[in-house]
Amino acid sequence: MSAPLLEMSGIAKSFPGVRALSDVSLTLEGGEVHVLVGENGAGKSTLMKILAGALQADQGQIAIDGAPIRIESPQAAQRLGIGMIYQEFTLVPQLTAPANISLGSEPTQGGLIDGAAVRSRATRALDELGLQIPLDVPVSHLSVGQQQLVEIAKVLARSARIIVMDEPTAALSDREIERLFAIVGRLRAGGAGIIYISHRLEELARIADRVTVLRDGKVVTTRDARDFPVDEIVRAMVGRQLDAHFPELANPPPDAPVRLEVRHLTRKPVVNDVSFSVRAGEIVGLAGLIGAGRTEIVRAIAGADRPDAGQILIDGSPLQFADIGDAIAAGVAFITEDRKAQGLVLGMTVRENVTLAHLAEFVDRDLLIDLAREREATNRMVTELRIRTPSIEQLVRNLSGGTQQKVVLAKWLLGNARVFLFDEPTRGIDVGAKAEIYKIMLDLTARGAAIVMVSSDLPEALGMANRVLVVRGGRIAAEFSRAEATPDKVISVATGAAA
Amino acid sequence: MNDRDRRSYWLRIAAAVAFVLILVAIVDAASHGAFLQPSNIVRVLRQITYNCVLGVGQTFVIITGGIDLSVGSLVALTGVVAALFANAVHLSGFPLIALTLIVAVGVGAFAGWVNALPVVKLNLPPFITTLAMLEMALGASFILSHGRPVALQSGDFQNTGIGSFLGGVTRALHLPSIPVPVIWMLIVIIVASVLLTRTRFGRYVFAIGGNEEAARLAGINVARVKTFVYVISGACAAIVGFLYMALFSSGSPQTGTGDELLESIAAVVVGGTSLTGGRGSVIGTFFGALLIGVLYNAMNLLNVDSYLQKVLLGAVILLAVVLDELRKRYLARSV
Repeated sequence: MSAPLLEMSGIAKSFPGVRALSDVSLTLEGGEVHVLVGENGAGKSTLMKILAGALQADQGQIAIDGAPIRIESPQAAQRLGIGMIYQEFTLVPQLTAPANISLGSEPTQGGLIDGAAVRSRATRALDELGLQIPLDVPVSHLSVGQQQLVEIAKVLARSARIIVMDEPTAALSDREIERLFAIVGRLRAGGAGIIYISHRLEELARIADRVTVLRDGKVVTTRDARDFPVDEIVRAMVGRQLDAHFPELANPPPDAPVRLEVRHLTRKPVVNDVSFSVRAGEIVGLAGLIGAGRTEIVRAIAGADRPDAGQILIDGSPLQFADIGDAIAAGVAFITEDRKAQGLVLGMTVRENVTLAHLAEFVDRDLLIDLAREREATNRMVTELRIRTPSIEQLVRNLSGGTQQKVVLAKWLLGNARVFLFDEPTRGIDVGAKAEIYKIMLDLTARGAAIVMVSSDLPEALGMANRVLVVRGGRIAAEFSRAEATPDKVISVATGAAA
Repeated sequence: MNDRDRRSYWLRIAAAVAFVLILVAIVDAASHGAFLQPSNIVRVLRQITYNCVLGVGQTFVIITGGIDLSVGSLVALTGVVAALFANAVHLSGFPLIALTLIVAVGVGAFAGWVNALPVVKLNLPPFITTLAMLEMALGASFILSHGRPVALQSGDFQNTGIGSFLGGVTRALHLPSIPVPVIWMLIVIIVASVLLTRTRFGRYVFAIGGNEEAARLAGINVARVKTFVYVISGACAAIVGFLYMALFSSGSPQTGTGDELLESIAAVVVGGTSLTGGRGSVIGTFFGALLIGVLYNAMNLLNVDSYLQKVLLGAVILLAVVLDELRKRYLARSV
């Protein structure tokens, strides 16, 4: 039998105080999709950074086609045919797709960049993927899904044979995910080996050949995907049996007051005449494709964007448009989609982030911040939400994704908000932390809060909402109760397959 | 401040102190003891006063991720306006001094507000808006003064400019006299430091520099906070313009337009404030200004050629920021 395309054996890596990886071995065959799963902090990223040359292993060997190699730098990894597609894109937004694809290895003629060759190289790479993407506009004008395809083309244009995809579907709509899977299939058929990292376990059955589960820096098991059902994967990941994925939701009593009412909300061209209401104790899910206008609806309610027309009422009183301060004062909490870019100041501490939106409550005689009270309040939130941080003076930059999300929640819970707008509340966080976030949402409804939840994770949108509104083209295209809502119905409305 | 910041903060202070002590020992020996004379130490403090106060204002701006290039010209403009005002009113003694200071600070604060307006309303880069203010304020100060220093008619500013603080007390205790401008600097440092570290406004300055969008979504009035940092910078420039006017007994359109701008920014950066925003301190800026002042003083005592002094100053600034970066990387690795 010939040597595998890639063989990592006995890899170990320690950081001061943490053993990130111990004796990890992983093989990848050509024409294989090897899925790597594990909770946040299990060591997936560290392992992939070693493969990408961004980190050096303390121990262990790496071999390609049976020949031992050293990967000393990201450039070395590229030369060896290792291509990384990160969750956060590495495109230059102002450049076109061809310019990005050739970035750093531009073909030249007489010392000048050969524009025609740049373009034909891009066309070739995109053809190989069976894709058509506008070539003459900056990539910042492309959708998130298209940008990701450019990333993939970029890796292919560098003749990568070992392709690592880190959470590639996290930001994609269902249709874009389908296209991505088709591309993965094509790459596999072409003989490339693909390491695929995902938190979305329901995807695995569709694309995985083999699955490796990491836990606490060790390989728990590597098995054929065919005889590795999802519940067993979850058990291997967390080391314990999880309860049913979603908790029971109690419907609010019929006489529960309306907390949030949105009337004829319009923000051209993305939101068109949207009306709905949410009662105390109720969770309303907004489902739909990326770009359908869901985020724009919640941003307008939060005061982050100015709508053209309509009315927003909190407990019966109208909100000022585009006034975040008024929305916060009225009890609206907006937990944004991208916690790093919008939710947190990463270079500040847990304490400073938690109190940021309600600092006025910690000021004495309108002058100085009372640090003792600030610490006490932060400690209370840390205990209540079980925020796993060594200290409230820890920089949030150093916390895991799930813990960061809890810090965002703490920031809003501190102010006794009554209307919570969750935009993709569990994106990129691990199974255990998800369950805790769901628990917090339930506690909020039990205390009479109203929740609007935008989720592209369909099981979540269906499982964590009393009602599901399907948004398409900036309008509410359909409404389902929890009992009526099925994935098929929601998808067919969202994609326009059903009216 | 978190544990790591606190550790890095003390490490930076310790490194600065050690650096200064070594330098002090060498220079003192080489200058036959002149360097450590109390009168020389006071001289250094008096010399750094102006750049330090400018740097303190600039610290606020830089922590939000901005820059204020207009402070040097504002020193000239506020000095000229203050001198014209003092000559025009029929007042004397404390009312004259206080009103003149208020007028100067008002002009500086207004200029800061103008600086901020296009930054917060149109999202224009502060580099450009404050560069425009640099030119406008400089031109205005020449127009107002007809290009010549405006001599003060009143002698009442003498104590503010060159007087000693509690001179009788220091004389009785055989201590060197403390110049009044140094007291001004200490007051500015204390007020600014409390403002930056202990108030909501200060917290918001850091939040905006760290992540402006997150700050906005937390309900912070970003435009108001940003406007206020430029107002503070303009006001600090005005205090310097006022002190220079008192020192020279005249308001000159040339004052403040030399090395002040870049050396005050150097003091901020050497003091550990990040040019990309989100991190910094007023105390750090004081130490940055002190390092530069000590260096100049030592080079003068050692009779270093004045052209060579510039080269060495540049090298020390570079060395300071390189060492700071290496220290940060070291700390990042060891956490």
